[in-house]
Amino acid sequence: MAATDAPATPEELKTRIEAGIPGATAAVTGDGHHFNAVVSAPAFQGLSRIAQHRLVYDVFGAEVGDRIHALSIQTKAKAAETENSA
Amino acid sequence: MSDDQTTQIREAIQSAITENPVILFMKGTPDQPMCGFSARTVAILQSVGKPFAAVNILPDPRIRQELSGLSDWPTIPQLFIDGEFVGGCDIVTEMYESGELQHALGVEDDAGNGQAAPEAQAQEPAPLTIENRL
Repeated sequence: MAATDAPATPEELKTRIEAGIPGATAAVTGDGHHFNAVVSAPAFQGLSRIAQHRLVYDVFGAEVGDRIHALSIQTKAKAAETENSA
Repeated sequence: MSDDQTTQIREAIQSAITENPVILFMKGTPDQPMCGFSARTVAILQSVGKPFAAVNILPDPRIRQELSGLSDWPTIPQLFIDGEFVGGCDIVTEMYESGELQHALGVEDDAGNGQAAPEAQAQEPAPLTIENRL
């Protein structure tokens, strides 16, 4: 895992959320300690808000509250991108 | 040694959640929140006008540790209604804006319902600290 003391960045969080949740799109803002993430993913469909937020928190495990001091989350379910958007 | 105390803390948290229909675990107290997210959640509950119990998690790091173990939720604040984990600041805010929170608290946002006017129901929240429950 990312055992680093380097300050977290919005770009890092975005990359990790999108890698950790299949099909997710994330927009992350933050100052290195407090972050806000707006995440949409097909995986959220049919889940309660709590379950959706847990999926995002789970990407970071114990780093939330520690290296990532605070992480605000808004989630949206989105349809899987199987459209003809070649 | 401290295992006993940890168990006591966990049991105190569990019974606090069971015994209080609305309970907020927060940083600081409703009068003196120590974190913006806790402050916002308190402000929402107060504006809904429903009395709630509050537990300050700051005095002992084990409170947060045990609470997060119980709720499987990493951040503070955490709101429980009727023994069920409802969410943290983000979810409470969304639920407040959509009216779900008022519904869950049995306080519909309805001007015709004079009985639930926040002013009339100026009941003090009951601040409850884990310490005096042990």
